[in-house]
Amino acid sequence: MTRSRTAYLLVAPGLLWLLVFFVAPVVQLASVSLQSPFPGYPGYYYRDVNVGNYVVALTQFAPQLGRSLLYAAIATVLCLALAFPLAYTMVFKAPRWRGLIMVLVVAPFFTSFLLRTIAWRQILADEGPLASSLRALHLLPGGHLTETAAAVVAGLTYNFLPFMVLPLYASLERVDPTLLEAGADLYGSPWQTFQRVTAPLALPGVMAGTLLTFIPAAGDYVNAELLGSEHGTKMVGNVIDAQFFRVIGGYPIAAALSFTLMAIILALVVVQVRRFGTEHLT
Amino acid sequence: MAFANWTQYLDQDETTHRYPTLDDFRRESGLQVSYTEDIDDNDVYVNKIAPQLRAGQDIGRDIVVLSDWMVNRMIAQDLVQPLELLRMPHAPGILPELIDAPFDPGRAYSLPWQSGLTGIAYDASKVKEIRSVDDLWRPDLKGRVVALTEYRDTLGLVMRSQGVDPAQPFTRDQFAAAVDVVRKQVAAGQIRRLRGNSYVQDLQSGNALAGIVWSGDVVTLRAETGNDSWRFVLPESGGMLWSDNMVIPSTSTHRRNAEALMDYYYRPDVAARVAAWVSYICPVRGAREAMAKVDPELVDDPLIFPSTAELARQRVFRALDPAQEAELAAMWTAVVEA
Repeated sequence: MTRSRTAYLLVAPGLLWLLVFFVAPVVQLASVSLQSPFPGYPGYYYRDVNVGNYVVALTQFAPQLGRSLLYAAIATVLCLALAFPLAYTMVFKAPRWRGLIMVLVVAPFFTSFLLRTIAWRQILADEGPLASSLRALHLLPGGHLTETAAAVVAGLTYNFLPFMVLPLYASLERVDPTLLEAGADLYGSPWQTFQRVTAPLALPGVMAGTLLTFIPAAGDYVNAELLGSEHGTKMVGNVIDAQFFRVIGGYPIAAALSFTLMAIILALVVVQVRRFGTEHLT
Repeated sequence: MAFANWTQYLDQDETTHRYPTLDDFRRESGLQVSYTEDIDDNDVYVNKIAPQLRAGQDIGRDIVVLSDWMVNRMIAQDLVQPLELLRMPHAPGILPELIDAPFDPGRAYSLPWQSGLTGIAYDASKVKEIRSVDDLWRPDLKGRVVALTEYRDTLGLVMRSQGVDPAQPFTRDQFAAAVDVVRKQVAAGQIRRLRGNSYVQDLQSGNALAGIVWSGDVVTLRAETGNDSWRFVLPESGGMLWSDNMVIPSTSTHRRNAEALMDYYYRPDVAARVAAWVSYICPVRGAREAMAKVDPELVDDPLIFPSTAELARQRVFRALDPAQEAELAAMWTAVVEA
């Protein structure tokens, strides 16, 4: 009895936190997403069950929703492609450099997300070294790097890379080296050992890293704002921002879009967890 | 009393970071004034304060500076207090072109803080002369043009180039035609970006060589790039005139002090000191004569003191009623958020 009471006491602060800062806002958001504009008074709403907001969100803003998922997916795959060899090297190939590499991965966090993205505008600028050299090699068909979809995806990849590296590193570090030796003892080639032993053991890290990268990337609007343009690179976060701050009477649409994005992400997470199981998430 | 303004909009001493004209006001009047650079975006700022004002709560600000169209909305929603012009002897010194603002005829609620023109800027050292809006769509400028996200500026200029007067009632089709020009130029990659205040960075970095801009920023641009070949031109079809206006929020309890401060900034000598620093159009008559003592070089600066003929050629975007505003904003947002 006392044990369970202690348990309740221990979870109480966390539950209260979630209640105030998660459940309440979600309920509020759901109610706003169903409101209708007050006729004749732009900017005022009344409580309603207006599913039309979701219809608008899903039809009018389908390109931005689709683009968010696409960009986030590409960025996640790129992060995985960059982070896996890096984490693998840190653990198995160059343990001596582990600390240094770790610092390099985490160091960008010492400055703000916004400043780092603005710095990318400088790196990719027309007169910057990268764009000028690409132009000289005739490898830049559009003539510029900023204000392109590639720049947005690159920004997302850069900004969320550490969220992929850290869980991968953690799960690879837990791989028992004797298992790899056993693989070799059983006449497994290094590639077979990697396929049959290392990769499956790294799966929890891949799972966690994928979720930690994909979810914030899909909801991001800073990269599209700073590195994208109006030429078909806006993501759903930019639309929500505009509906909320700039369009009179846009609150319900913004809320419906937020809810739609949450629902899509939740569905994707459920599918992934169903397929791979939750034990990998630890 | 608390005064909320936009960044870089009041003369500031570079070393002490104090505001000399505001210090003089404190000394003269004995009033306590706090000055904050709270405002970076009309929509964002008003979205923050409007719910409190509607609920009758004090927002801790007694003067806020907002653009014409936002003042229009604030007046329509009863969120600002009327001014007692009788108590403000210098207020009649306002430029005659600005007295009868479409949203506030006779200036019963608002006084311009600074005014400005929307026109075209380009780097004459890299680009051939630009004289009209259509020149911005030249092939040599492909992908190197920026425009403002504020549709009253960008579309105002485009509408004028199509022979439509944005100061008079116009049809939805006329507005749509202007939206269409911008949509096409964005889709074709001619317009690189539609941006807010930050468009200046694109011009500074060289990513953009020309754009639809606010007049005062060109002075900043010349100073920060060290490149004097940045030109500001009003297209042949005409530019747009706008103001940022001081208003007193409905819940302020210091109206009288706020009026004293507004009146102080309408003294020509004070207005000239501010104008010399911010380089936008000074809305106060007589400030040009006073400028001779502040900085004689600026007396003939057309960006600060445009001629009467020049001003008469510019237009103020008409005041929209809420339903129109919502409709036009939705049409424009479809372009900005593509």
